[in-house]
Amino acid sequence: MTAAPPLVAEVPVLTVRPARGGRWQRLPLKAKAGAVLLGIFALAGIFGPLVSPYDPSFQSPSLSLSMHAPYGAHWLGTTQSGQDVFSQLLFGIRLTLELAVVVGAIATALSVIVGVTAAFLGGLWDDLLSLTSNVFLVIPSLPLLILLLGYLPQQGQTPTIIVLAALGWPWGARVIRAQTLAIRNRDFVAASRETGERTWRIIAFEIVPNEVSLIAASFVNTVLYAIGASVALAFIGLADLNSWSLGTILYWAQSQQALTLGAWWWFVPPGIAVALIGTGLVLLNTGIDELGNPRLRDARASRSARPADPTPVWQQETPPRGPLTRLAASFSRSALLSEQRERP
Amino acid sequence: MSFILRRLAFYVGAAWVALTLNFLIPRAMPGNAVQSIMAKFPNLQPAAYRALEAMLGVGHPGSLWHQYVSYLGDVFRLNFGTDVLEFPAQVSTLLAETIPWTLILVGTATVMAFAIGTGLGIIAGWRHGGWLDRLLPGLMFFQAVPYFFLALIMIEVLAVRANIFPIGQGYGEGVVPGWNAPFIGSAIYHSLLPAFTIVITSMAGWMLQMRNVMITTIGEDYVVAAQAKGLRPSRVVLTYAARNAILPQLQGFGLALGFVVSGAIIMEIVFSYPGIGLLLLNAVNAKDYPLMQAIFLVITFAVLISNLILDFVIVAFDPRARTKEAV
Amino acid sequence: MSSQNWSAGSGPVLDISDLSIVYAAEAGDVRAVSKVSLALNAGEVVGLVGESGSGKSTLAYGACRLLRSPALITGGAVRYQGRRAAEPTDILRLHADELRQLRWREIAIVFQSAMNALNPVLNVKDQILDAVNAHLRMSKTEALDKTSTLLDLVGIPRSRLRSYPHELSGGMRQRIMIAMALAADPEIVIMDEPTTALDVVVQRDILAQIVELKETLGFSILFITHDLSLLLEMADRIAVMYAGQLLEVGTAAEIKREPAHPYTRGLLRSFPSLHGPRRDLAGIPGSPPDLRMATAGCPFLPRCQFGTAACERIDMTLAKVASSADPAHVTACPFVLPDTPEPGKTHSAAADFAEQPDREVSSA
Repeated sequence: MTAAPPLVAEVPVLTVRPARGGRWQRLPLKAKAGAVLLGIFALAGIFGPLVSPYDPSFQSPSLSLSMHAPYGAHWLGTTQSGQDVFSQLLFGIRLTLELAVVVGAIATALSVIVGVTAAFLGGLWDDLLSLTSNVFLVIPSLPLLILLLGYLPQQGQTPTIIVLAALGWPWGARVIRAQTLAIRNRDFVAASRETGERTWRIIAFEIVPNEVSLIAASFVNTVLYAIGASVALAFIGLADLNSWSLGTILYWAQSQQALTLGAWWWFVPPGIAVALIGTGLVLLNTGIDELGNPRLRDARASRSARPADPTPVWQQETPPRGPLTRLAASFSRSALLSEQRERP
Repeated sequence: MSFILRRLAFYVGAAWVALTLNFLIPRAMPGNAVQSIMAKFPNLQPAAYRALEAMLGVGHPGSLWHQYVSYLGDVFRLNFGTDVLEFPAQVSTLLAETIPWTLILVGTATVMAFAIGTGLGIIAGWRHGGWLDRLLPGLMFFQAVPYFFLALIMIEVLAVRANIFPIGQGYGEGVVPGWNAPFIGSAIYHSLLPAFTIVITSMAGWMLQMRNVMITTIGEDYVVAAQAKGLRPSRVVLTYAARNAILPQLQGFGLALGFVVSGAIIMEIVFSYPGIGLLLLNAVNAKDYPLMQAIFLVITFAVLISNLILDFVIVAFDPRARTKEAV
Repeated sequence: MSSQNWSAGSGPVLDISDLSIVYAAEAGDVRAVSKVSLALNAGEVVGLVGESGSGKSTLAYGACRLLRSPALITGGAVRYQGRRAAEPTDILRLHADELRQLRWREIAIVFQSAMNALNPVLNVKDQILDAVNAHLRMSKTEALDKTSTLLDLVGIPRSRLRSYPHELSGGMRQRIMIAMALAADPEIVIMDEPTTALDVVVQRDILAQIVELKETLGFSILFITHDLSLLLEMADRIAVMYAGQLLEVGTAAEIKREPAHPYTRGLLRSFPSLHGPRRDLAGIPGSPPDLRMATAGCPFLPRCQFGTAACERIDMTLAKVASSADPAHVTACPFVLPDTPEPGKTHSAAADFAEQPDREVSSA
């Protein structure tokens, strides 16, 4: 969709905002919430295993500690074989994040290489690379992942990383190709080409710096995909089941009937952890989107400020009746504006 | 109709890539699949062994090219070889038994999730800043929950504890499969909870996407023009804003279909639903390679065909697609 | 060009008075339109001219209350008095439903870019029918007839009814936009740069058509453009807008003969006339002020070659141009300027200008 210039574009100053406060303050609320959420999990992943109370694989010999509900010594209870769920969770967060970040980095790098190359070489190469990305987008990845992993020996994380990264690039490549094509035709790039600048220099110094937010969004998306896919794959047993990731914890909890036996503390925490990491990533991405397209931001305004209503008229504002309505109305844009105006 | 023809050519190409990958993967992967199967099933009959060889290309029966040609021929005749687990059952028979279950459950639920999510997205986009926007963080959480995890929680809460829904399976015990009322009733009853789970997990994504496209579309001149024309709000929202906003949404649906369907299929496992997902799990656990490969092909083809159907929908919605170049 | 009676008699069909519009923004409100008063008489063509960002479109769309959040009308009135209405209505006091009935029926708009203003997924017939059905009580066949007649009116073959916007040329789309604007027999048509996106030949055809349609159907036109020379040819009166304020209003003849405001003079020199000898394009150096700042005095001062210290304190009310015989020719600039301003010549006011090095600080 080529966006028509909105009516407000009549006033160009609207889009230019002076740098007020730090970078952090100017981030959309959603991006902040996502970053905080992810920060907590990153800290848990980095430092968790160092401070974890038990070895996650240590099986308590005491029979009474089999599937014990949470209490002082085991904050999240124990598994069937008396392992500490909290320790497993800390190790699991580390392994899952590690895998997702590595996959995200490799796949995003592939996306950038394929996307930029296709846009820059053009012609047959572009057709070929675009076709390849589109084909791999339309072929469902999970069954293909299962097939590939089914043939690979399950030792360590490497097979999963390779396969996830190999199938995780097409979406990003498609988006980056489109953006590169757009930038390529802008004046400053055309100027560099005229002056005989080397292609790789143009790519490294003109194109890629202009795509940072797109590459960031692509990375976040790929990490999200890697977490979802790796957890699902581990859940059906296609992972190194001797290691502790959020997916393998879920696999063991499920195969030992944790929920049926009432051991929610074994099954629920890893699932919630996956969901919260995912929520953090989605929030972060929505925030990045809003940074590029401020219209998507929540209009924190009264009913009258909704996009499709007639332009509100400030002077006509009828005084609100009850104290509750007054409180609610005090959040409205027109009330804020009138306050600002009354202040000297 | 050149748009549809071009898309069709693209899907045929994509199908060929999938077929070829499927052919190459067992031949390129390290280790000997047949040996590992033999180790697992020492009593395998020679006939099954030969079937495996032909399918997986071990033992080099003929040149690679010959293998490829005969493999393509087999696939076209829907001959996916013999199953290892339930020898001498044909893989195609197993598929035929499970595909209808998945098609009805996952198909209906995915389309419903898309429809509901898109509808809510229209409202959220039009009433930008309204109460639906406030639900967004919660919806993002649902979007990020693994399908199977939510499925298990649903079973625990709604089936085991509250006893509203059956715990799993495709139909009740003692019901004879067939075209009879008790069976169909039981099948529908058993599909409610899985369908509900698919809908609430995938709905949020569609809603969020539609909301964002709507917000962008509302800023377009033709929506302002529709308002300037003094049209009823419902007409402005549906015929001017949503009618345009749904086009990228439909394209996104096509691209995400593979992912959504895969997730839904994994969820079948949790519900012990007799569909293709459960079959896939069994195949993975038993290292039943021919079956895994066939399932990969089936899911891929289903997604490709759905995409083609979707292209017809896009053409019906977008007059420009009738003349536009293929994606 | 008969507009002597605009202040007397039946009164204007649209009377905008003291209209102010802001765009609320975190970094400070943008005062897009400040206390603008402008009247449009029945059958008249009023041209609204200004650079992009001068607030001319904001003024027109704001008067119809079509601006979206964060736009807010902070004061003024927009009185509409059509032939079909007994009483004048203040558009700013209408509820959404009343407003909907007024829109297009009384005030229609021809958008700047027909490509963007036509719904890409509806065919021409449905889009025009929508406008007809929203305002006129007609049977299906009558409405279809009306739609076909409208196409005849703008010279588009009826076979195009089933076409979609992307199948039409730019000129055709703009004509269809005009046909659509006339669907409910409006009293006023706002034309927002209707020909800017078209090539010169098509542009001339369409302008001629607009004038012809206006003569036959008798609607009034508010014509928004950045092209003053075009207005000199087709408008009865011209209003010059800058930084959200009106700087000068007068008949086209007066503006052409005796532009009173330095900005108007600058505009006149910026464009080559469509007829007549080509002149050098003398642009106005500098750029419009930041509308987030409250400005005292004349907003054009930083770019004005005649600026004086007094300009910082003038209240920007429109007053009769002293040298003109026409009482309707008004300007915000209280100074009588020399006839032919040449860049090299130093005027006494320009000397003041040089003695005021801190001039820009006070306006910021």
